[in-house]
Amino acid sequence: MSNYYDSSRKLHFSQLSLEPVVRDLEHGFEQKNSHSLGSMEEALRWYNMLLDNAGEIAGEFIAPRAEAVDEQGCRLEDGVVSWAPETQENMDMLAQAGYMGAMLERRFGGLAMPVSVNNIIVEMISQADASLMNLYGLQDIAVTLQKFGSEEQKQRVLPLFAKGEVSGAMALTEPDAGSDLQAVSLKAIEKDGKWYLDGVKRFITNGSGDVLLVLARSEPDTTSGRGLSMFLCEKSPEIVVRRIENKLGIHGSPTCELQFNMAAAELVGKRKFGLIKYVMSLMNGARLAVSAQAMGIAQAAYEEAVAYANEREQFGKRIVEIPAVYQMLKQMQGEIETGRALLYQTGLAVDMMEIYERKAEAGEKVKTELRATTALADFLTPLSKFTLSELANRAAYDSLQIHGGVGYMKDFKVERLLRDARITNIYEGTTQLQVVAAIGFIVKGLFEKEMEAVRTMKLTDLKTEQKKVVSLLDKMLAAVSAVHEMTSPDFRDYAATYLVEMASILYRLKLYLPIADQNPDRQEILKFFLMESDVRINYLENRILHLKEQYGDNIDRLKDDFLK
Amino acid sequence: MKKIVVLAKQVPDTANVTGDAMKPDGTVNRAALPAIFNPEDLNALEMGLTIGEKLGFEVHVVTMGPPKAVEILKHALYMGADRVWLISDRRFAAADTLATSYVLAKAVEKLGDVQMVLAGRQAIDGDTAQVGPQVAEKIDFNQVTYVTELKEINSGHVVVERDGETRSETIRTGFPVLLTVTAEANTPRFANAARMLQFFRAGLESDFQEENLGDAKANNWIVPTWTLDDMGLDPARCGLNGSPTKVHKIKSITLKGTDLQLFNRDKTGIQEMVRNIVKDYVEVER
Repeated sequence: MSNYYDSSRKLHFSQLSLEPVVRDLEHGFEQKNSHSLGSMEEALRWYNMLLDNAGEIAGEFIAPRAEAVDEQGCRLEDGVVSWAPETQENMDMLAQAGYMGAMLERRFGGLAMPVSVNNIIVEMISQADASLMNLYGLQDIAVTLQKFGSEEQKQRVLPLFAKGEVSGAMALTEPDAGSDLQAVSLKAIEKDGKWYLDGVKRFITNGSGDVLLVLARSEPDTTSGRGLSMFLCEKSPEIVVRRIENKLGIHGSPTCELQFNMAAAELVGKRKFGLIKYVMSLMNGARLAVSAQAMGIAQAAYEEAVAYANEREQFGKRIVEIPAVYQMLKQMQGEIETGRALLYQTGLAVDMMEIYERKAEAGEKVKTELRATTALADFLTPLSKFTLSELANRAAYDSLQIHGGVGYMKDFKVERLLRDARITNIYEGTTQLQVVAAIGFIVKGLFEKEMEAVRTMKLTDLKTEQKKVVSLLDKMLAAVSAVHEMTSPDFRDYAATYLVEMASILYRLKLYLPIADQNPDRQEILKFFLMESDVRINYLENRILHLKEQYGDNIDRLKDDFLK
Repeated sequence: MKKIVVLAKQVPDTANVTGDAMKPDGTVNRAALPAIFNPEDLNALEMGLTIGEKLGFEVHVVTMGPPKAVEILKHALYMGADRVWLISDRRFAAADTLATSYVLAKAVEKLGDVQMVLAGRQAIDGDTAQVGPQVAEKIDFNQVTYVTELKEINSGHVVVERDGETRSETIRTGFPVLLTVTAEANTPRFANAARMLQFFRAGLESDFQEENLGDAKANNWIVPTWTLDDMGLDPARCGLNGSPTKVHKIKSITLKGTDLQLFNRDKTGIQEMVRNIVKDYVEVER
């Protein structure tokens, strides 16, 4: 029996202060019946059951099918895309178990689960089969529609999502609009009060799905993001799948090139708000899902590495006893444990933001709260993706290294993990773009405020460690000031990567300190991670100071060697 | 409404045996093992739910056991069972297969309008595979044991494949019928999230405090219990009183490769083998 809802996940979930979120989702616990939760205690009981059940589905049902999914991949025949049979079985099982409308309101047949809970389900599914997350995670399309669609659109489409009868896709990217979505050129044409879409979308995950949210240029003769609107478009003969990509990993999810030939569509929300509001929301949901996917892959890689290192004997002993091997394991362990704390806290931050979004929508005066929670969610989301997608890659890399030669062969799972991990720091915004998204919070001084708690938190066992973290924080803040003194935008952008990495380390330390303080069995993990962090923060600070000294505002000349 | 009844049993999880799983006297240490839904009963329930959806029958799950067996009934609700029933009474304790099948047969009769009874092939704690067939005899249903596949079903008949040990047999039979189902027959579904929300607060009437009973009743959270008296049973046929099986002695046997003995493949050889088995392994109370 293999259940992925393990002790680490339980511990990290138990740390979340979910009360305000659940109170809001359950309308103040006013009703106590078969379709609502009557108290926080009831909510936690049910959430834990949902997680335990999902952990079992992941471990018992999905994981054993992952190899076949990877091997077979998807197919395009006569314009029709088909998933691997095992992917279909997985999706059917998840639909039967009722998870396809996880975050939809119950009036649409959904579960009204907090993002925090769904986040863990995404993580566990990804540990079993990373490619399945790309299909399960497309629930974000339904969630976006729930937030911005008309009542009529919601009534029509959302129940189908909740039952698992339809799958969706978000169609944003185009051949010439990747990271820069402002360049989207697919045309939305209005004729007799109806909208039609015309043009090409590329790299569309599950583009063959039934319900597409499409970013299109509704305002002719514009070139900026403000000329874009979002459209709901249902599968029709006017949408042609031209090809599916033959790619390195996540073979279970079809990546499509779509041709829209005046396909009928409906406007979602308001004109011109497509990119600036709706897609940013959709994208943040997807970034969180990719973070959870990366976390799942990292966990899988770590478990494979530990298992293999215990099994494999060389030089008359198990290789786990060799320093060069347990060195890699120890680093993975700390990164994974603290990474999980960051992932779960990010889910909670999104939940908190959504409370105030709903309140604001209902006309309550919550401007200040909405601004604060949005700022935090918009910082932690890219910070998580930055941290966890890079971690997944390192963990898969080291896990394969521990396997040695056999790890390079298809016979072992780690080879798939390495391929699957590689996309996580590219799609939904590369690592480099996550830095751009996260750096504002740091340079505006909000990070400093957010870290205040680390100075004042009351710890029992780990007071010395707390002091150390505070001193590292001060070091980082000094580095931020050093960057501030520079006038060259290039220098700021160059140094941003290092500042965001420092922020990632320090934020994880802030989250993990109290966890380790309350759980003595985690203290060694914290201490090791803190020691590594000490080295790393000093290194990064030094790097910035040296760059400043040597190149300063002339840093842009570093590109000269490569200009052709 | 026509019914399908699924017979289920809560058993110790013998697949995940830990160090203290057995007591020194050779019996199972139930306290040390987690209690689970007998695995093949899940296959029976899966088949029941599939058939129920197809033919529009209600699916009822019945278990005989102590109050904590309500846990598997709740799981049955999460999977999709329409109604569940706990049959529980101290006087049912220590029942062998004869006494158990007596009680379960009476429960099926009491429910009424039952077209089909499904049970797991056998329970992992006793491995007898006797309760299903004995129930079928008592309620006078057709029966097919060791079902490995449901091939066809409609309101008139059912076609199944059964494991006939040396060969597989395809059997067509009419209703009412009892089937015992093996793990091969299907993959049991998992709990459904919305049904967990609906029923996670379910329990026995005695589990609720006075002030919550109203809510519990209004939401169908009370799992009904039937006692010996509720069912009007004969106490002499229940529990220990109704169980002719007496365990004479329990021995811990370690099988060793060295026990191998070869016999000639003829009548004399086989007679000799049977004599040896009886001499070594059968305890006869004189």
